[in-house]
Amino acid sequence: MLVELRDIDKTFGKVRANAAISLRIPPASIQGVLGENGAGKSTLMKILSGFYTPDSGEILLDGKAVQIHSPADAIRHGIGMLHQDPLDFPPMKILDDFILGRQGGLFPNHRAASREFRELAGQFGFALDPEAYVDSLTVGERQQLEILRLLWLGARVLIFDEPTTGISLPQKVKLFDTLKKLAAEGMTILFVSHKLEDVESLCTSAAVLRQGELVGAAEPPFDTRLLVEMMFGKELPLAPKKTAVPGGKILSVKSVSIEGVRLQIRGVDLDVRSGEVIGLAGMEGSGQSLFLGACAGLTQPVGGSFCLDEDERDMTGRSHLEFKKRGVAYLPAARLEQGLVPGLTLTEHFVLSEGLGGLFVDRKKAEALAKERISTFNIKGTPESVVEALSGGNQQRALLALMRPRLTLILVEHPTRGLDIESTIYIWSKLKERCEQGTAIVFISSDLDEILQYSDRVLVFFAGQVSPPLRAESLSVERLGALIGGKDWENLPKEAVNA
Amino acid sequence: MRDTPSRRVLFQVGAVVLALLVTTVVLIAAKAPPLAAFANIVQGAFGSWDVTSNVLVAWVPLLLVTSGLLLTFTVGLWNIGIEGQIILGGIFATWALRVYGSSGMSPTVVLILAFVAGMVGGSLWAMLAGALKTFGGVNEIFGGLGLNFVATALNIWLIFGPWKRPGVASMSGTLPFDQRLWMPTVTPQSMLSVPTVIIAVAAIAIVYLMIQGTYFGLRLKAVGKNAKAAYILGIPTWQHMMASFALCGLFAGVAGAVQVTAVYHRLIPSISSGYGYLGLMVAMLINYKAAFAAPVALFFAALNVGSIQLPIVLRLDSSLAGVLQGTLVLFVLLGHGVRQRVLKKPQVVS
Ligand SMILES: Nc1ncnc2c1ncn2[C@@H]1O[C@H](COP(=O)(O)OP(=O)(O)OP(=O)(O)O)[C@@H](O)[C@H]1O
Ligand SMILES: [Mg+2]
Repeated sequence: MLVELRDIDKTFGKVRANAAISLRIPPASIQGVLGENGAGKSTLMKILSGFYTPDSGEILLDGKAVQIHSPADAIRHGIGMLHQDPLDFPPMKILDDFILGRQGGLFPNHRAASREFRELAGQFGFALDPEAYVDSLTVGERQQLEILRLLWLGARVLIFDEPTTGISLPQKVKLFDTLKKLAAEGMTILFVSHKLEDVESLCTSAAVLRQGELVGAAEPPFDTRLLVEMMFGKELPLAPKKTAVPGGKILSVKSVSIEGVRLQIRGVDLDVRSGEVIGLAGMEGSGQSLFLGACAGLTQPVGGSFCLDEDERDMTGRSHLEFKKRGVAYLPAARLEQGLVPGLTLTEHFVLSEGLGGLFVDRKKAEALAKERISTFNIKGTPESVVEALSGGNQQRALLALMRPRLTLILVEHPTRGLDIESTIYIWSKLKERCEQGTAIVFISSDLDEILQYSDRVLVFFAGQVSPPLRAESLSVERLGALIGGKDWENLPKEAVNA
Repeated sequence: MRDTPSRRVLFQVGAVVLALLVTTVVLIAAKAPPLAAFANIVQGAFGSWDVTSNVLVAWVPLLLVTSGLLLTFTVGLWNIGIEGQIILGGIFATWALRVYGSSGMSPTVVLILAFVAGMVGGSLWAMLAGALKTFGGVNEIFGGLGLNFVATALNIWLIFGPWKRPGVASMSGTLPFDQRLWMPTVTPQSMLSVPTVIIAVAAIAIVYLMIQGTYFGLRLKAVGKNAKAAYILGIPTWQHMMASFALCGLFAGVAGAVQVTAVYHRLIPSISSGYGYLGLMVAMLINYKAAFAAPVALFFAALNVGSIQLPIVLRLDSSLAGVLQGTLVLFVLLGHGVRQRVLKKPQVVS
């Protein structure tokens, strides 16, 4: 289907999120959409998929002007969208989720639906069991399910808003194969991303947004430097890799075993030293989140112990609040579910996280604190902004800005999830600054480049199995990719550097 | 359409108009003259100083209960057990009066003790609901409902058992206390006691300040909006829920003590008079905003008192006030839902 956007305008309060954007996307193509955080990418996609109505402008499908008032409208016109953060899935069977949203008929025909589901899944080589439950799926599998559902509902245009944040390399390869296949069959695909290499390897053309305006377009072969310049108005040098000189012991993990819902982790040993950065690599749901949560006292281990600081204070069985008192910060991946409180303003968040004493909130001090953090972390928003009105990347910055000044250990899931390149570099420079002051960092990332670029040592997780700590210099992206896919584990222990 | 303050007011006014319309229809269906009925209610509530002072008498416990409920709602809890907490406040206050009333202490001291006892009673009963939730995993709505029944049974048992009137137990309650132990009222016949009005106004002011300006209030808000994130932000979650239960019970207990010491001067079976449930309605109607509690509670109290005369004058049931209150709450909540659908509220952005 040929999709045309003409002079799309959308304003939120004072922010002009989309300013006279016109874009023409022919069928059988993959249109990349690039731009810094808050550039207006999600807004434009949400307008096309009926979540927002534009203030002015036109949408044409195959040359005919259409009005899209709701997501249901959009799907009736053949437009389906996969969201940046996969929406909360209820614990339903895959098949029930699949059938959901189809119009007509009081009683869904399960048998026919099941057959069609298998056929469709087979076409793309997805191994999804229609009788399994949705909450047992990884992020990548949920995407697959969502793609199938939208196709089954008759989507001819598919919108992906940052689909690769949070999925690992093998899953990404599979997703890209699927997208190419879909485009070859005549689908129109819109692909929003911050990862230039993704856009370069996948898209048939790319559009760049900046501050709500369409500032440029490019065709393959893409020039990376040019794209970066269009996005940020300047070139971005990558900071050289620095390795820390490790100091005293911060965290000792001694043969810890943890039982999760679907997997178990057995006998992990790890010593984290002051100033060090440890990366946890693995496919989504391989046990790394479970492990990180246990390091924060959020899940209790079934065996082994966690000790903090030089004096090896035993913290096993203590609550998260006690970990927090000893300078441990935990930043979860589910921003709006676990990290931030929708409905509260940025100021209120900073006030809460500082744990200030006293009876009354000192408004002046609170506002000063908020202003300082907002400028340090470059958050696009005001002290009075409620967190849910921030763009995805700005929510992430807010989460990072909540860290207290003096910390011994930072545990963070996907620290730069949804951040543009510039902010990623900036946030890591902030984190590395902490390391120089002696803080240690343990982080999870699905981006293998990020793991190798920023960690000193790496733990690989595969289905609950945990590798010994590996020195980051001894690994390559290919090697790490094989390991998180469960290959090549035989040769591991020999080269492991002892912690 | 965008969501602006003026449109918001429009929806509230619309809800009130609709509620009045529905009540009018009900009245016509009951073959009663609607205008006369409404006029009668106004007359019954503000026609003379006597009736107006009765409105204030009803306003005091209602405002106390609403103040407490605002705290539990802020932390995200439905304290249905509020009725039982009022009852326990009444029982504890009665107990204090019975024990210390004849001890020779000055009446003022005894009355203060009775109020403190009422606070303790209401608070303990509320914390029981809180403990059931925190440690027993019992939803506070079910726990509260159960505890309400227990409180009522306990009250009846006391009135008909250990505390019964000499000779014969009666539904009219325990023997009235010595006049010395009555709260001072504006006139000897009136039930309106100025100190209780002051207490109620102080209660809502404290709650308003607590929610608007204190760290504690901000933490309650955070827990209410997202308990998981609040915990990770370093807020002890269940402790805050417990604290808000305890405080809410404290206010309910004061309401119970007021009923015992200033209004009935004895313990009666229906000591809570349904103020707990009415308070829940007020809290919902004002969308949990403390600033509107006093006027709306006054309005509800006026409806209750104003409709007392209906059976005599118009041969209508006085439950008309309940119909009006109920439809009002329903329409305001409905207006809320419709507003969110019609007026574009910024949705969660990604
Ligand atoms: N519902 C809303 N209410 C208020 N402001 C909004 C809303 N949605 C978006 N905005 C603002 O519009 C701008 C564009 O937001 P948008 O979500 O489209 O950015 P984005 O390009 O997707 O950014 P990111 O890469 O961070 O996801 C931002 O400044 C954001 O704060
Ligand atoms: Mg976005």
